[in-house]
Amino acid sequence: MNALLAADLPYWVQSLLRVLGGLVAVLLPAGTIVYLFLFKMMSFMQSRLGPMEAGPYGSMQLFAEVGKWLQKEDITPARADRTIFKIAPLVVLASTFLLVAVVPFGPDAWFTNFEAGVFYMLAVSSVSVLGILIAGWSSANKYSLLGGLRAAGQLIAYELPMVLAVIGVIIQAGTMNLQGIVVAQNGGEIFGWNGLGNPYILTQFTGFIIFMIAVQAELTQTPFDMPIAESELVSGYMTEYSGFRFLTFFIAEFATAGVFSLIASVLFLGGWGVPFAWFDWKSIDDISDWMNVVGPLIMFTKMMVLAFVIMWVRFSYPRFREDQLQRFAWKVLIPISLVNIMITAILKVAF
Amino acid sequence: MIAADLLVAQNVGFGIISLLMIVAALRVVTVKNVVHAALWLVIVLSGAAAQYLLLSAEFVAITQILVYVGAVMVLFLFGTMLTRARIGAESDLNNKNWALGIPVALLMLGVMSYVIIDGFGSERLIENPGDMTQVPVQVISDDIFGPYLLPFWALSFVLLVAVIGAIVLARKD
Repeated sequence: MNALLAADLPYWVQSLLRVLGGLVAVLLPAGTIVYLFLFKMMSFMQSRLGPMEAGPYGSMQLFAEVGKWLQKEDITPARADRTIFKIAPLVVLASTFLLVAVVPFGPDAWFTNFEAGVFYMLAVSSVSVLGILIAGWSSANKYSLLGGLRAAGQLIAYELPMVLAVIGVIIQAGTMNLQGIVVAQNGGEIFGWNGLGNPYILTQFTGFIIFMIAVQAELTQTPFDMPIAESELVSGYMTEYSGFRFLTFFIAEFATAGVFSLIASVLFLGGWGVPFAWFDWKSIDDISDWMNVVGPLIMFTKMMVLAFVIMWVRFSYPRFREDQLQRFAWKVLIPISLVNIMITAILKVAF
Repeated sequence: MIAADLLVAQNVGFGIISLLMIVAALRVVTVKNVVHAALWLVIVLSGAAAQYLLLSAEFVAITQILVYVGAVMVLFLFGTMLTRARIGAESDLNNKNWALGIPVALLMLGVMSYVIIDGFGSERLIENPGDMTQVPVQVISDDIFGPYLLPFWALSFVLLVAVIGAIVLARKD
């Protein structure tokens, strides 16, 4: 263990540092994604400039938006179920924070080092469905309820391909620990050549594509944004929310995009690591301490690339119809990922 | 047992979580709204997951969250919201046979206690709570696919039958 992180600090200082680190790891990607991709990139793709007034090149726009949301009136519909209406956005955001707890950022820079990290990630990401469902129900609005139900149906359907896509990676790495998966990729070799490690995007390309499609659906980003389809359902389960509570949903959406990009980069792109052969590291104990600083930066870069892809798809495609969406999950993605698991298992035994 | 043995963090945590679970379980059957009852049930099930974590049975805890909170309760809420889930109190939620539940619950409690005491007796999980280590997932899978392979197959078969049954029920033609 690193001396800085664990040796002499009392338990409460460690916990405090972890909470602060978790806040940074959730809010920083969310802010970057919203400004860089949602404000600027979308504008350029649509041949306009986007926000230009607040700060140089509109860079302070984010703070202006947050300020605007914070000062808006907090409205609860008269017929709504008040307590649950107020809890629902927090459940969704809590799921994001629980998700980031398991992501490793460096050889010693992690929040928790779960033995069954991948499994934990899949379990916790499904908690947000609960928040969305009760948000839709408690709003006492038919559009909201319909949006919540659509979201639940979609999230359940796309959770399966996600789990199945990850199983290929688990089989290949031989561990469910995310740290172990990073080490297995960077310490690996391709037919005896170890100059690049063995990032699983090469061997598990099918799994990677399925995982990214499932992430797009879990985030309800545009080809899969049936739950908040504005031309049919106003704004789905978020219709009745205003001010700070809407901001909570908004942050949760883009923070989860960031966290899922982080997880995808850990599973398929080698995570925080550089190929160990470059510096003659044999195992995780040999790794120099400076990787704890460089690792998060590498992770952040990979996260930005994957988030860029998610947003790119979001701005490019029209939305699915509800039946197309369900058929695509059950009849295309799930069979392909099952075949992928079978082939991976056979090759694992063969080599 | 002396007080120093009882007041370790695990025991305090166990007490707090159990209290929360008992209160939530009572609310499940007394609350006047179907959705509220389901949400209290979520707290009971998550509490069970937290208890497993305290016993450093991490894999079981995560399975509990994945299966019960992530799937069963979502399906439950989905079903009630599709059919009938009014906002506010409802009066006719009590079944007239509710008293029958009490002896059944007591019987279950007796059977489960007997099984646990008979199975483990005076065995303790570990001598020193400080030495608690996580059980590797590999050990669990070796057990499932080794000595417990036949029960595992039987369970899979039952689930397969359930899936086919659901398809048969859902098909109109």
